[in-house]
Amino acid sequence: MIVAEQKPFEEIKQMISPYGRVLILGCGTCMTVCDAGGEREVSFLHSALRLAQTKSGNGTHSFSEYTLKRQCDPEFLDLLVDKIADVDVVLSLGCGIGVQAIAERFPDLPVLPGVNTSFMGMTKESGVWDERCAACGDCRLDETAGICPITRCTKGILNGPCAGTKNGKCEANKDMDCAWILIYQRLETLHQLERMRRYYPPRNFRTIPRPKRILRQASINAGGSDD
Amino acid sequence: MINSLFEEKLSSGEFVVTTEVGPAKGADTADLVHHIDLLKDRVDAINVTDHQSSVMRFPSLGGCLLVKEHGGEPILQMTCRDRNRLALQADLLLAYSRGITNVLCLTGDSIDVGDHKEAKPVFDLDSVQLLKMIRTLESGTDIEGNELKGVPRFYIGASVHPEADFVEPQLIKFEKKVSAGAQFFQTQGIFDLASLRRFMQYAAQFNVKILAGIIVLASARMARYMNDNVPGIIVSQAIIDELADVEKGKGLQKGIEIAARLIKTIKDENLCHGVHIMAVGNEGVVPDILEAAELVSVSP
Repeated sequence: MIVAEQKPFEEIKQMISPYGRVLILGCGTCMTVCDAGGEREVSFLHSALRLAQTKSGNGTHSFSEYTLKRQCDPEFLDLLVDKIADVDVVLSLGCGIGVQAIAERFPDLPVLPGVNTSFMGMTKESGVWDERCAACGDCRLDETAGICPITRCTKGILNGPCAGTKNGKCEANKDMDCAWILIYQRLETLHQLERMRRYYPPRNFRTIPRPKRILRQASINAGGSDD
Repeated sequence: MINSLFEEKLSSGEFVVTTEVGPAKGADTADLVHHIDLLKDRVDAINVTDHQSSVMRFPSLGGCLLVKEHGGEPILQMTCRDRNRLALQADLLLAYSRGITNVLCLTGDSIDVGDHKEAKPVFDLDSVQLLKMIRTLESGTDIEGNELKGVPRFYIGASVHPEADFVEPQLIKFEKKVSAGAQFFQTQGIFDLASLRRFMQYAAQFNVKILAGIIVLASARMARYMNDNVPGIIVSQAIIDELADVEKGKGLQKGIEIAARLIKTIKDENLCHGVHIMAVGNEGVVPDILEAAELVSVSP
């Protein structure tokens, strides 16, 4: 899933300052799971912004809230048509994709990012999320015992550990495991250490031309006959 | 084919001494030139570090040009941290065109340990891929297979970490570097000769030259700091204790003594093909170390 962090409250206040009617829009998928922009966070942020406004004494904003099942899906964005009729701005607590999907779907409507989209990862334990995939477009996890050196090595190097690893940790951060020591240990467990001896050529960065697009034929066409 | 004076020295079988100079942050090259002049005739080659510890400085290639201009034998340290494959190849062509033919290929320290922590880490290649790319250039094409007008030749090396706590993955990488074309190695700092002996016993099967890295420590505090903060350095407790025992102000003297003792033992036992002295900021004491190690090289 995509993992994000809600932006600092002051930054959000600053962003919405030019607008009157603000729709705080949550996302029911990844942002809900990573506690950054689901229904609960939307409701809490709504209260916090209203409270801040009451305290400052000048009621310049009016707030509404709503949470879509997914902001990145045109099907769900259609549900927004009624909700945005009387707002000046959408404060999206969706990831960067959600924000852009709204911008594309509603050309006249300003949309603000309420979260910093951080990475693709997983929940490690309650309140802890770890990055696991860099979407490099050329997966070699079969060669590295299911541990991604591009994501988990700070240098993303392919031919084994650098000399900076100490106590199995990374030179960039003593609390972070060295990806290549993890790979080494797991390859050994799997009796696949010979994979570490292979030379891996430089990455092909054309696998990630930005922006990427995937075109997928329906399987009935791909496998079917012409007649 | 011999591609440099340094290679010629190592091939002759004589005990080779290299050292390194770290350029300063800024355009003033006076100290750098001073150290080059001091060292060029006392050692067989001088490495110029490449933004050591990811701290932005005067460049390695510029330092190597100065070594050349002043009549020394430079070893270009080249890391993959800041340049993609285009920039690395271009710098190699420039180096060769100016007579800089020794290259030490390194992945480079993480951006996070340096003074430009917000910079984009490049690492388009790693050290093994860089070695291989140089061999490709020497075959007459760039890394994409396009023909070169004017083909460079280098003597290329890499680093190895015999004292790493997980040594097997480091040895696997060492072998990959050998296969990729590395001809010489300058090891990470050696503090425990037993580990060097073990490593050399293993490394003897490969047709490469190995120079033991000797770091000059100036105090127990510095040793502990390096253990905690400098990638690739593991100073043994015995050495830290030895430094801690001396009276205040005598640390560097003890550090020189330790370095000289390590070098002398390595040479007397014929443990490896030479040593690489890293004085990290104390380049001026390298002649004292050579003297203390009874290794005063060819007179100027």
